[in-house]
Amino acid sequence: MKEVQNKNLGEKNGTPASAGVLAVKVDDLTVAYNYKPVLWDIDLEIPEGVLMAIVGPNGAGKSTLIKAILGILKPIAGSVRIYGKPYDSQRSLVAYVPQKGSVDWDFPTTALDVVMMGTYGNLGWIKRPGQNEKKAALEALEKVGMLPFKNRQISQLSGGQQQRIFLARALVQDASIYFMDEPFQGVDATTEIAIINILKELRKAGKTVIVVHHDLQTVPEYFDWVTFLNVKKIATGPVKDIFNDDNLTKTYGINYKVSIQE
Amino acid sequence: MSSAQIEIQLIACLVAVACAIPGTFLVLRKMAMISDAISHSILPGIVIGFFITQDLNSPLLILLAAITGVITVTLVEYVQKTGLVKEDTAIGLVFPLLFSIGVILIAKNANDVHLDVDAVLLGELAFAPFDRLFIGGTDVGPKSLWIIGIILIVTIALLIAFFKELKISTFDAGLSASLGFSPMLIHYGLMTVSSVTTVGAFDAVGAILVVALMIAPAAAAYLLTTDLKKLLALAILFGIFSALSGYWFAHWLDASIAGSITTMLGVLFLMVYLFAPSKGLIAVMYREKQQRIEVLLLTFLLHLKNHDEERERHVNHLNEHINWQKIRSKTVLDLALKNNMVSIDNNIVSLTEKGDEFTSKAINYIITNEDAQIEDMKDDFFLFRG
Repeated sequence: MKEVQNKNLGEKNGTPASAGVLAVKVDDLTVAYNYKPVLWDIDLEIPEGVLMAIVGPNGAGKSTLIKAILGILKPIAGSVRIYGKPYDSQRSLVAYVPQKGSVDWDFPTTALDVVMMGTYGNLGWIKRPGQNEKKAALEALEKVGMLPFKNRQISQLSGGQQQRIFLARALVQDASIYFMDEPFQGVDATTEIAIINILKELRKAGKTVIVVHHDLQTVPEYFDWVTFLNVKKIATGPVKDIFNDDNLTKTYGINYKVSIQE
Repeated sequence: MSSAQIEIQLIACLVAVACAIPGTFLVLRKMAMISDAISHSILPGIVIGFFITQDLNSPLLILLAAITGVITVTLVEYVQKTGLVKEDTAIGLVFPLLFSIGVILIAKNANDVHLDVDAVLLGELAFAPFDRLFIGGTDVGPKSLWIIGIILIVTIALLIAFFKELKISTFDAGLSASLGFSPMLIHYGLMTVSSVTTVGAFDAVGAILVVALMIAPAAAAYLLTTDLKKLLALAILFGIFSALSGYWFAHWLDASIAGSITTMLGVLFLMVYLFAPSKGLIAVMYREKQQRIEVLLLTFLLHLKNHDEERERHVNHLNEHINWQKIRSKTVLDLALKNNMVSIDNNIVSLTEKGDEFTSKAINYIITNEDAQIEDMKDDFFLFRG
C-alpha cells in the first residue's frame, strides 16, 4: 500500500511522505481579523493516515484554521508544514473542499466543469484541461454517484448533490491530505452516509482527511482523531482517548456530558 | 455607405467586443458598479495625460488613465477594508472624488485644452474618423480604430490564455488560492484590462456608454445561458448588435451615436429580461402559475388519498369543502384527468394507481427532501425542479 502510494506521489512535484514525518505540523499559529485574534498560538500535529474532526463552537476559528493552513489567510505569526515543507511547495499534495455556501451556485457552469476545476492545480497556469483531466473528472463523479448529473447546471442540483460535486472535485486532485469545511452541512442522510464512506475509503488508502465538523453525536462513529478548538487549541488526539466530558466542557464552556458514548 | 460610416461602425463594434469580455466577468463577480467607478475616475488620468502628451490618443495617456482606474479599485478596497463602510458606499465615495478632480482640472484649463465635459461623458464617435494615423506619410485609418483594435487583440489573447484561471477565481476564490492561482493577482489583472479598455473606449463612446457596453450585454446573456463560453459569445454578439443597430438608429434620428447605442442596449436587455426562455419575467410568471396549480393538484390528490368515503370524494363536495372557486376546481380536476391521476365515476372522484403512486412519491419528497426518487417527475412538473 505504502509503496503504491509513494509511487503515486512521486509523479507530482511535492515531496512524498516518508516514515515519521507528520502530514501537517502547525507551530505557534496566530490569525487575526482587524487585530482581533481568532486563532491564538495554535500548535497542531496531524499524523499521516488519520480521519480527523475539528470541533468547536461557532466562531472558534475552525474554518480559519484550515484557511490559514492552506495559505488562503495570512497568519500574523506561526508556521505551517505539510510533510515537513511549506505549503507553497506542497500544494499538489493537498485538496480542499470549501464550505458549500462560499460559492455562487448560479455561476454558469456544469457539474462536470466544477469537478474539472480540481485538476487545474496540477495543470498550473495557462495550460488547459484535456481528455485526461476529463476522464479523471468523470471517474470522480462516478465515485460520488453523480455521473448521471454531469451536464446539469449546478444551480439545478440539490444541496446534497452540490456537496457531492465538491467532494468529487477534491477526489480528482488525487491528493494525500484532504481538508473539508463542513461537508455535512445541509445534506440529507443518504448523502451524509455516502460522503463518510468515501472519507473512510480515503483513510484506508493511507490518505489524511481533516474535517471541520459540527455534529458531536457522530464524532466517535465517523472519526478516529479529533481536535478540540476554541480560539486556542484545547486538545488533539485519538477519539477514544480524548473525546470526553472534560474536553467538551473546556471547549464549549458549558457542562457537557457525552451521553452519546453508549 | 461612405468609408467614414464604415469606420465608425467598425470602431463601435470593436469597442463593444472589447467591453463585453471584461464586462462578463465583472457581472459574474457582482462587480458591475466597479466599472462605473473606473469609467468616471479615469478622467483625471486622461486630463493629466493630455497635459503631458497633448494627444488624446497617445499610448502614454492611455497608460496614465488606466493606472488611475487601478488606483480607484485599490482605494475602494482600502476604504472598504477599514470596515467602516460597505463596498457600495466605498465606491460612491471614491469615484466622485477622482472624477471631480478631473472636472476641475478641465474647467481650470479650458482655454488650453481641447477637451470638454460633454465629450467625456458621451464621447464623440462621429468625429473619430477625423483623427487619423499616418505611418510614413500614409493614411492607415482612424487612430481610435488602431487603439481599440490593439486593446481588443490583447484582451482576447489574455482571455484565451487565462480563461481557466478567470473561471476558477470567479467561481471559487478559496479553491483558486489553495491551488496557487492567486485570486488577488487575477482580480488586479481583470481590473487592469477593464481600465485599459475603458480608456480606449472612452474617447469613442464616453464614460456612461462604456459602463452600459460592459454590463448590459453580459447581463442579458446571463439570462439566456448557463454555459460560460456561450455567455461570453452571446455578450459579444449583443454588443456588436447594439453597436450596429445603434449606429443606424442614430443615423435615422440624426442624433448622438453613443446615446443611440446605449438605447439599443437598454431595449435589448428589456427584451431578453421579458422573453428569456427560462429566466425571463414571462417564463418565471408562467412557472409560478404552474407551480401554484401543481400545489393545488397535490392538495387535491392528498385529500383523495386520505378519504375513502364516497361522501368526501363527490365532485360537489370537493367544490364546497376544499373551499375553492369553481374555476380553480375545474383547472385542477382537468389537470388530474389529463395526467390519468384520477377517474370520475358517477360524480365520485377516485385516485388511479398512477395518481396514488404519484401522491406517495411527492409527499415523501416534500417530507424527506430526497431528490433521487423524483428525478423522472422533474420534466413534467415545475414543482420538483427546485
